[in-house]
Amino acid sequence: MTDAALDRPRRSGTLQHIAYVLRDNPVTLLAFAMLGVILFAGVFGPLVAPYDPFASDASKALQPPSWEHWFGTDNLGRDVFSRVLVATRLDLAISVAAVALSFVVGSALGAAAGYWGGWIDRLFSRLLDTVMAFPLFVLAMGIVAALGNSVENIVYATAIINTPFYARVVRAEVNIRREAGFALAAKLSGNSDLRVLAVHIFPNALPPMMVQISLNMGWAILNAAGLSFIGLGVQPPTPEWGIMVAEGANYIVSGEWWLALFPGLALMLAVFTFNLLGDGLRDIVDPRMRT
Amino acid sequence: MALLGIRDLAVSFRTRRGTVEAVRGVSLEVGRGETLAIVGESGSGKSVTSYALMRILDAGGTIKAGEAVYGGVDLRRASEREMSDIRGREISMIFQNPRAALNPIRKVGRQLEDVLLRHGRATRQDAKARAIEAMEAVRIRDAAQRYHAYPFELSGGMCQRIVIALALACEPKLLIADEPTTGLDVTTQKAVMDLVAELIRERHLSAVLITHDLGLAAAYSDRVAVMRHGEVVERGTAEELFARPRHPYTRKLVAATPREGVGVRELLPPEVRTPPPPARPIGAPLLQVRELVRSFPGKQGSVKAVDRVSFEVCDAESVGLVGESGCGKSTTSAMIVRLLDPTSGQILFEGEDIAATPAKRFPRDPRRARLQMVFQDATDSLNPRWTARACIADPLARLGDLSGSARRDRVEELADLVGLPRELLDRFPHQLSGGQKARVGIARAVALEPKLLILDEPTAALDVSIQATVLNLLVDLKARLGMSYLFVSHDLHVVRLLCDRIVVMRAGRIVEQGPTDRVMSAPESDYTRSLLDAVPVPPAQGAEAPAPDPDTGQAQGAPPPRAAAS
Repeated sequence: MTDAALDRPRRSGTLQHIAYVLRDNPVTLLAFAMLGVILFAGVFGPLVAPYDPFASDASKALQPPSWEHWFGTDNLGRDVFSRVLVATRLDLAISVAAVALSFVVGSALGAAAGYWGGWIDRLFSRLLDTVMAFPLFVLAMGIVAALGNSVENIVYATAIINTPFYARVVRAEVNIRREAGFALAAKLSGNSDLRVLAVHIFPNALPPMMVQISLNMGWAILNAAGLSFIGLGVQPPTPEWGIMVAEGANYIVSGEWWLALFPGLALMLAVFTFNLLGDGLRDIVDPRMRT
Repeated sequence: MALLGIRDLAVSFRTRRGTVEAVRGVSLEVGRGETLAIVGESGSGKSVTSYALMRILDAGGTIKAGEAVYGGVDLRRASEREMSDIRGREISMIFQNPRAALNPIRKVGRQLEDVLLRHGRATRQDAKARAIEAMEAVRIRDAAQRYHAYPFELSGGMCQRIVIALALACEPKLLIADEPTTGLDVTTQKAVMDLVAELIRERHLSAVLITHDLGLAAAYSDRVAVMRHGEVVERGTAEELFARPRHPYTRKLVAATPREGVGVRELLPPEVRTPPPPARPIGAPLLQVRELVRSFPGKQGSVKAVDRVSFEVCDAESVGLVGESGCGKSTTSAMIVRLLDPTSGQILFEGEDIAATPAKRFPRDPRRARLQMVFQDATDSLNPRWTARACIADPLARLGDLSGSARRDRVEELADLVGLPRELLDRFPHQLSGGQKARVGIARAVALEPKLLILDEPTAALDVSIQATVLNLLVDLKARLGMSYLFVSHDLHVVRLLCDRIVVMRAGRIVEQGPTDRVMSAPESDYTRSLLDAVPVPPAQGAEAPAPDPDTGQAQGAPPPRAAAS
């Protein structure tokens, strides 16, 4: 950094900073572009879909991809492209809700464990270790089976199995900052323990959390699709990537590959996007990157 | 012919805001058996120069021009293979933080063996014996036992000895020591530097000593080069440089170094000196510490970090609490400032026992505002996600009764008070220089106009010229706001500048306390004497009152941050 550069006004810093992060790394730019497409599909999917995703037409069953039906049609003659597009909203909603829930709960548990230590730490850590001791997908299946077969319960199940990951990251991040000078200084400024933790220490754990969130979004989508795939949660005829892959799988042997391929690709693309997003998000929320 | 010759070396770094010229046209020579000290403040390019020699520059750094010749080999053009032969075998380096330079999970003896084996200096059979020999060569007692120690089991000084043993294991001809004693206690620093000097003499080594400490450079080198902004501004023997500094920057550096017989105002360049504030008469005791004890659970029962410590700080008085690391001075100050509960004893503040209120509840105590602290490491004590403005406003929002625009005005007033330009208030800590961060920390601490301010080595991480301005700022603030200071430090020469009385601690106990002049001139305890003797003192300055120079006009506002490539 040169002296002159530092003297420049830095009012609209945030936007400039985001622009810099995107320009600096083409992968991040690509990830954000793909996120844009996914979000667009999630919000406007039902509006821009060329066909009604529920409208069956037996005369057009199992047609391969064509100009008319980009992704072909399924066994009931429904347009696969419209169904894939419309399904985005549901899959996104499930994973966002699940990730938000596990982020909040995991952060609270992890922050408390990392800051106060002692018996709180031991209790929370063992509790979360117990969750992680199970094969996570099987645990999610069990939770949905026990709570009842609904979209809501898929969200809860996905949230529960993801919570320990957040709690661990936050616990470690909070723990190393517990005795940091700025935390002590905050106490001297009259902040109570809770305030020091919530306002001063926790926000510093956000950069690594962003990576966790974005990786987790990918897992959550896969998890929700996986549960639907085995018949839990979302029920047909609701368009959902997991169900569509499950239903389409029966037709692969007979040569109708497009039924499973396109929802599967959408799933892959979504997971891929969120995995790529992590680094970029971290750079954006880290003020130290703003040199 | 010189062993090492550098001509017009230029190094630049590519950063987000364009290219930074870290080293611009440096020419240096090191003869056989000679020790050259490179002195400069942070960002002067002194470390980058040595990294460039070893070709271990960080990513983005390139040698743009010039040449570096070591014993006939062109270091700039040598292949990576040749370089790896030269590193360690011909040129060796001692780094700043010995603990970071050692592998934390490997026994130190094994680490020595690795190097010896790697360079064919030992065989499998005699590696252990050779490693122990190497440890004995750096005066480690009980080397056979220490061979099995892990770095964390050794003190900082001991770790640095191991690092020196590693550096010398392959009998290099040139030793580069990059701030080898920063972070070590003064007595340890003396022991380590004496050892290095002895080894250099014994083995006829050439050496480059990179340091920010003029006293150290003077005491342990034959010639000194002063660097600033990537250029060598002056060179000569230590005596010449200190007695008759020619370049204005050298003059400023020499003047800013705390030394005997110089007051705090005299550290500043003459043109920015202001008359000292009128001294307030020392009043009634403000803080009385009585029989303070703090023990921590250890492996073998509890360990007393602070053992029956008693002293007092009167109104308008500055008391220095001095000792080396681990002496309990930080624990004591943490208890006084109510971050830590004492095991027993009383802390009377304005006559009330504040130790009776647990540290956990003290943040909401009405006395919180009257007892504040400036932390050691300004970088660490500022929240990286908060702007300077938010940091300074925090105590006002929590404990003050100002709201909205009044608080905003108060923050700007405080910025003016500590000499922080207002336009810097919206920056994040990493966008500020060390001196500016120190000012933010001080502004936050004095925001509520405390009666007692505890200063925990507030200048330890700062360059000497910035230390000089910060120390003067503290003197002015004390007078203006009517505060008393408890100044915690390991550096007697800095404490002397500010304090009326000095309390010396060792191993949790007070070994001596008394008026500053008496303690400094006629210490009663041998320990105090050894502390005083260990500080390397620059040679006395010849002519007083150097001519004013145009360069230091900007000295008051801390200089802009420079890419800290070192």
